[in-house]
Amino acid sequence: MIRFDNVSKQFRRTKVLNGIDLQIGQGERLALVGSNGAGKTTLIRCLLGEYTCSGKVTVGGLEARSHRTEILKRVGFVPQLPPPLRMPVAQLLSFAAGVCDSDVEQMYAVADQLGLDARSFRHQPFVKLSGGQKQKLLISVALGRECDLLVMDEPAANLDPEARHIFFTLLAGKQENAAMIISSHRLDEVAALVNRVVELDMGNVVLDDRVADQVDMESLLEVRVTLIREDSAFGSTVREWGFEQHQQDLVWQGQIAGPDRLRFLGVLSRYAGLLQGISMQPPAKAKLASIN
Amino acid sequence: MKHLLLTARADINESLRSRWFLIYTLIFGGIVVGLFVTGLTESRIMGFTGLSRLLVTYLQITMAVLPLFVLITTVRSVAGDREAGIFEYLLSLPVGLAAWFWGKMIGRFVVVFLPVVLAMLLAVLWAATKGADIPWRQVLIYTALLISLAWCFLGIGMLLSTLARSADVAQGSAFLVWLFLLLFLDLILLGVMTREGISSESIIAIALANPLQVFRTASMMLFDPQLVLLGPSAYVILDNFGENGYLAWAIVYPVVIGFLCSALGYFLFKRGDLP
Repeated sequence: MIRFDNVSKQFRRTKVLNGIDLQIGQGERLALVGSNGAGKTTLIRCLLGEYTCSGKVTVGGLEARSHRTEILKRVGFVPQLPPPLRMPVAQLLSFAAGVCDSDVEQMYAVADQLGLDARSFRHQPFVKLSGGQKQKLLISVALGRECDLLVMDEPAANLDPEARHIFFTLLAGKQENAAMIISSHRLDEVAALVNRVVELDMGNVVLDDRVADQVDMESLLEVRVTLIREDSAFGSTVREWGFEQHQQDLVWQGQIAGPDRLRFLGVLSRYAGLLQGISMQPPAKAKLASIN
Repeated sequence: MKHLLLTARADINESLRSRWFLIYTLIFGGIVVGLFVTGLTESRIMGFTGLSRLLVTYLQITMAVLPLFVLITTVRSVAGDREAGIFEYLLSLPVGLAAWFWGKMIGRFVVVFLPVVLAMLLAVLWAATKGADIPWRQVLIYTALLISLAWCFLGIGMLLSTLARSADVAQGSAFLVWLFLLLFLDLILLGVMTREGISSESIIAIALANPLQVFRTASMMLFDPQLVLLGPSAYVILDNFGENGYLAWAIVYPVVIGFLCSALGYFLFKRGDLP
């Protein structure tokens, strides 16, 4: 579906991409990882037809720059940094729906699913929304229309756990028919969402590997964390994940999205010295994993 | 066409929300109101005798303010949007590059032109309520001259925005262009050049090539058809063009400059990196 053939990009004397060769098929969910300056954003911009480059970038056989409009009709894009748009929310959504020939109501519906009542913010400038609200709105624009290629730059970074679970569920609905490219500088942030990892370093592909992840993107896990002593910082952290303290003081319980488990374990690792036990299991099923 | 209209509408809404538009509108509205209130253009003996004197003064002030305002606000917002990452997102939507560029240009033109014309209409309305004759030919030609001047500097502004990669560089270049054209006005550099013995043909060619000077001469011509104010160079203009010919030149030439600059800007925009 997507082909990068010997793609190079240079800004004055700095070469950012060095002859990238890559093919991404339909149904593939690709994590594009690498440190800052590795070339991830440049590669994405070449794919979106925003940068000219040497070599060839094609989507469905069409060259990315010369068939920009046809290709972008098929692409849902979520940038890492929300643009500082001063236009009100309603105007942004109607502009996006207008140029994409799609129904603005679908975008509002996705925003509703993500827990954002976009209509109540309709007169508010986009730039004045909070980081999470902006992210939800950009996801609504990307997912609230027909597209078979999703390009996302750390899309879930600013979302609360509940919104992340809904976001993963929405992605699950698209995974059969769409290709996804999810860019991140940390693999653990996106590992659970993808089935292939490509790592860039200094403009070269240094790793291209498959990921065998059995966790369903729509799944939820019941999590129970037992501490050796009380800790207020731990309490406020897990409360953000929607956890509640059990009647016994040292036990916290809650639910997390399946694809979020690595991220959650990363958070727990900050409190490793406090942990007595962790258990994660699908609701109303036998234990999947238990560490006691 | 739909994408062009959507982009133009978005740009108009964006400008209407911005502070520069408010200041811009207040300046042009303020000039007209100020001229009426202070009576600067009225005869000391006869009082208000008609719109002609007011329109000439208004046009002369507009010539100083409009190009600078158009240049600075255009390059600031277009290059600034690109610098801030707005282009990266909005151009990831399937909007055509031609629709985007020309939609922005048309949207901005409407916004730049509207306050200037509304101020003129305010003057006409006021004159009508005073029972004065409205010089409709003058009003229409002045309007055409303003359209032409605004389009010309909008085109230059769009070209500079495409060439400069940062808002600061774009703004500095815009100011330099304006200053350069101002230096070649009759009163300053052309006077020096005459004194230095440069051929009159060269001086007149420079005057005819400078859109600011063309606008200035044409607006004077409506008030002073024989161009007595200009001195001997008036003979060259009137002999070669005639009154109507020069007015046509003054309307068409800046529009062509505006189109050429914006077309070059579009060509460079389309060919290069977008964000």
